[in-house]
Amino acid sequence: MSESHPEPADGITADVVRHLAGLSRIALSDDEIGKLTGELGAILENVAKVNEVATPDVPATSHPIPLTNVYRPDVPGETLTLEQALAGAPEHDGSRFKVSAILGEEQ
Amino acid sequence: MSLIYLSAAELSAKLGSGEVSSVEATQAHLDRITAVDGDVHAFLHINAEALKTAADVDARRAAGEQLGELAGVPIAIKDVLCTIGMPSTAGSRILEGWIPPYDATVVSRLRAANLIPLGKTNMDEFAMGSSTEHSAYGPTHNPWDLERIPGGSGGGSAAAVAAFEAPIALGSDTGGSIRQPAAVTGSVGVKPTYGSVSRYGAIALASSLDQVGPVSRTVLDSALVHDIIGGHDPRDSTSLKDTWPSFAAAARAGATAESLKGLRVGVVKQLDAPGFQDGVKLRFHESLAMMEEAGAEIVEVSAPNFEYAVAAYYLILPAEASSNLARFDSVRFGLRVNPAGGGTVEDVMAATRGAGFGAEVKRRIILGTYALSAGYYDEYYGSAQKVRTLIQRDFDAAFAQVDVLVSPSAPTTAFKLGEKIDDPLAMYLNDVTTIPANLAGIPGMGLPIGLAPEDGLPVGLQIMAPARADDRLYKLGATLERMLEEKWGHTLLSQAPNLTPTEMFAASEGAV
Repeated sequence: MSESHPEPADGITADVVRHLAGLSRIALSDDEIGKLTGELGAILENVAKVNEVATPDVPATSHPIPLTNVYRPDVPGETLTLEQALAGAPEHDGSRFKVSAILGEEQ
Repeated sequence: MSLIYLSAAELSAKLGSGEVSSVEATQAHLDRITAVDGDVHAFLHINAEALKTAADVDARRAAGEQLGELAGVPIAIKDVLCTIGMPSTAGSRILEGWIPPYDATVVSRLRAANLIPLGKTNMDEFAMGSSTEHSAYGPTHNPWDLERIPGGSGGGSAAAVAAFEAPIALGSDTGGSIRQPAAVTGSVGVKPTYGSVSRYGAIALASSLDQVGPVSRTVLDSALVHDIIGGHDPRDSTSLKDTWPSFAAAARAGATAESLKGLRVGVVKQLDAPGFQDGVKLRFHESLAMMEEAGAEIVEVSAPNFEYAVAAYYLILPAEASSNLARFDSVRFGLRVNPAGGGTVEDVMAATRGAGFGAEVKRRIILGTYALSAGYYDEYYGSAQKVRTLIQRDFDAAFAQVDVLVSPSAPTTAFKLGEKIDDPLAMYLNDVTTIPANLAGIPGMGLPIGLAPEDGLPVGLQIMAPARADDRLYKLGATLERMLEEKWGHTLLSQAPNLTPTEMFAASEGAV
């Protein structure tokens, strides 16, 4: 995956949205890309106001209630059976999930 | 007196005394669903095993087994929660027909307490929305006016209790999805303290904000459900290890409290805003006067950073959602769409997600991906997390002065279906009152305080308490509920228009 950045918020273009859709693994029609380009620009313009108060002296909060990491005893518990694990799969061979080719021709 | 109009607490008393069986109670609600849900569309799935489960509970009660307080009482379950034996779609096409191999912890606790799951309720897709219009299976309609939204994302659960299709329900609240539907349907709902109710088996939207909670018509019923579903769960790594007091006891104490003497009630200046609907402001100020008359001290508090809450929320939520929804990859469960001419697993994934996600979900995943991308992380996601700190500080300062905070639950009454669907930003502003509590992890309750004179639709009050002080919501909520119903001479929901039975009229006649 390339590390190329989308353009800044004030320059949300169709290409930026197409790039983001690729990163998100969502196939979008040209119509959808067109609509999202306008919407994303408007939303980002609005939410950018967080920068008015998010000054360097303010620490970030990722989680509302302070917690420490949680460990459980290393003993095997109940797990799903093979049938249960595969029950919702779109395609399987009886013991494994089936997918189409992992690599494309150019890879 | 039809069984559907009883609260869960009233019904449980009749079940306990043997006056009513769980089969009768369950059948009454199933009949009601058949009669009105064609119009309301609160349910996505009806539990085919409901009567069998009810018969089993009746048999055990008859055999002298000691059962829990709500044993035999029917309950509706929001479709975001995993349920063995019932499809769990979260309102999305990508999970159509998916039956999970495990129960959410809250669902196992309901089953262990012998409640009767009636079915799964409609919601905005993956809980993204304030109107249920983003459900892939069509919107739910507000029982007060079928042309209007029931709120969202949990509009199905709120409409189910407001239309007397279920006495109680489960919801989930990420930015107001329990409290805002309660406001616009005249029902009660609680978002508990973050981490106090297990999220295991709740299909994740934004993990640092999501919380499962009760939906009901009375404060006591929400408390009874909260007592069952709450408490530590080793399967949720963010689950708090606290021991919780009985919330039902708090609600019962509140219902009999003679006054509110000594209670300091804070009014958040920023949530008593000029832009709110007139009838909402009117009923809100009447409720303040009522509390003051009952002895409470009303204090205005300022929370200057609440102005930035919606903006921070619409960065944090999409960021977390873009990560959580990566699990819908067309491999292990859910939809798979093969692109024309085939392709790699990545092409299949993209085609599946393109076809399986609705417009709002795509919008938020793309927004979240942008907010988390390397060049913009600090500017957007990082800044939003700082705002989160500032909002927590606002709450800390407020709760240093007062015991609880109050605001209108929503800025307006129920708006018309379709009115805001094409304007994401206008839709996002519906949650301006409820979002701060999620960002800070504190508990909030929504309860009805009257009808707006201009449109005759329900108005809700939000009560917020410090983290871990959920009992204060139930105590004050129950006192207010009693005072309001004494003043009105009836419950608010008894004023809702009668829903006309639709296709089932003939069937119920035939059953006599």
